[in-house]
Amino acid sequence: MTGEKPMVPDRSPAPGIPAEPAALLDVDGLSVRRADGHELLRGVSFTLAPGERLGLIGESGSGKSLTALAVLGLLPAGLSAHGSVLLAGTQIVGARDRRLDRVRGRTVSAVFQEPLTALDPLMRIGRQLAGPIRRRRGLRGAALRAAVSTALDEVRLPERVAGAYPHEISGGQRQRAALAMALACEPDLLIADEPTTALDVTVQAEVLALLNGLVSGRSMALLLIGHDLAVVADVTDRLAVLERGSLVETGRAEDIVREPRHPYTRALVESAEAFEAEFDRLAP
Amino acid sequence: MRGLGSKGLAAGCVLVGVVLGVAVVSLVWLPYDPADTSGGRLVPPGGEHLLGTDKLGRDLLTQLMIGARIALVAGGGSVLLGGVLGVLAGLAAGFATRWLDDALAAALDALIAFPTLLLAMLVVAVRQASLGSAVLAIGLAMSAVVARLTRILVKRVLAQDYITAARTSGSSWPRIIAEHVLPNIWPTLLVNLALQLGLAVLAEASLSYLGLGPPPPNASWGRLLHEAQATVLTAPVGAIAPGVLLVVLVVGVNLVADGLRDLAPGRSR
Repeated sequence: MTGEKPMVPDRSPAPGIPAEPAALLDVDGLSVRRADGHELLRGVSFTLAPGERLGLIGESGSGKSLTALAVLGLLPAGLSAHGSVLLAGTQIVGARDRRLDRVRGRTVSAVFQEPLTALDPLMRIGRQLAGPIRRRRGLRGAALRAAVSTALDEVRLPERVAGAYPHEISGGQRQRAALAMALACEPDLLIADEPTTALDVTVQAEVLALLNGLVSGRSMALLLIGHDLAVVADVTDRLAVLERGSLVETGRAEDIVREPRHPYTRALVESAEAFEAEFDRLAP
Repeated sequence: MRGLGSKGLAAGCVLVGVVLGVAVVSLVWLPYDPADTSGGRLVPPGGEHLLGTDKLGRDLLTQLMIGARIALVAGGGSVLLGGVLGVLAGLAAGFATRWLDDALAAALDALIAFPTLLLAMLVVAVRQASLGSAVLAIGLAMSAVVARLTRILVKRVLAQDYITAARTSGSSWPRIIAEHVLPNIWPTLLVNLALQLGLAVLAEASLSYLGLGPPPPNASWGRLLHEAQATVLTAPVGAIAPGVLLVVLVVGVNLVADGLRDLAPGRSR
């Protein structure tokens, strides 16, 4: 796969329909198509209120990450978005880079799956963190350095990490640094795309707890993407289940876990329960 | 390999330093005037002429010292031209839309397949044989190689999550290129440019040997080799000395390139 291109061939901006003030993110009939017309995402619709946490679950290839990229206006070249994505009143679908640069890092920021590649290998962590803080809050010099160490402290990283290169710290620390970078922008919405999948189980729990605490501490909205129903349901208020590009079920997390209606969701819940049962059998 | 790499780097710096020193000295001091033929033709080494004279009676050491200057200017000029053109074209291709990228890649492959000597002859046919023409020809040929490398490096960096993360945090493209793309492709590019410098020195010598380089009385090493060809059995120093200097410079540059490659960040992981 090639990188994102500066010029994404998109439709002209849709007429600016003002969002209802209640919704921070309003995704309506979002489809993503390949150049040959194949639909990877079909008519996905959901909303997210300020401070709300939504979990987006589904197996690999169901379109979870594609949804996240479309919301960020970062679809890979060759894919085009159709429908409407209103983020704090700004239409993302078809918007130009200049407008998107203003939304990204202010209204929304993101953490991705792979901590190894999420940080620039040739830049010290402190400098990488300073970039978004400087842009977002206009801090310089000593104030900027203080903000960087506060940001590191919030994700429970020691201050010396600021002077380290990414290869000098562990995977869990790298993911926390990436989280600190995303939070440093003080976004209204944080998109976390399988932020713990690449980490081992104990570190996974730590990072997830940290994410949970930081998001609720700032009354930030969260779009958490994952394939592990138990993990996602634990952190979020509502769940949306994706299967092969379509949204098959949405609802409150506990309702979905208790009585899933769609067969696919039921299968997800049953496999999670089977895992739990096996776990209990091995370690009663 | 690391220990050897740093020793190689030191040895390379010494070899390149010798040639560089000779070139600098030639700017302020020469044993004889390059056009001075008063010493007599084909004088053997020793005495007043340390390395003897050529078939026109010019002092060989003087010619070699001027040749060092020409070799370095040709190599450095070609790398500067080829590097700047190549990196710009490579960046453009790396960021371009798919059809433009394909077109650029095809054009680069065609340019790389085109022999440098043939390209040089074309340039000389349009302009005149001069140091500038040689630099232009070598630099153009080199820019295609550099552009192809840059394009691949840029594409590899752009596919990384930290680019997506930077875009997610609202960085503009110029900022991302300056802060993330260039620093990450620079180490590999630098090593490649050092290797290209050695090739450019050899290419200039080849062009001069064929009479396509700077014209007389500019004493390029390649032309000294050509002129010494007829008298190689009677006055071997005239052929051996420029040959040895070429080897010293090219081996030195290659050792430096190897040393830089071992030092480049990311190799140790």
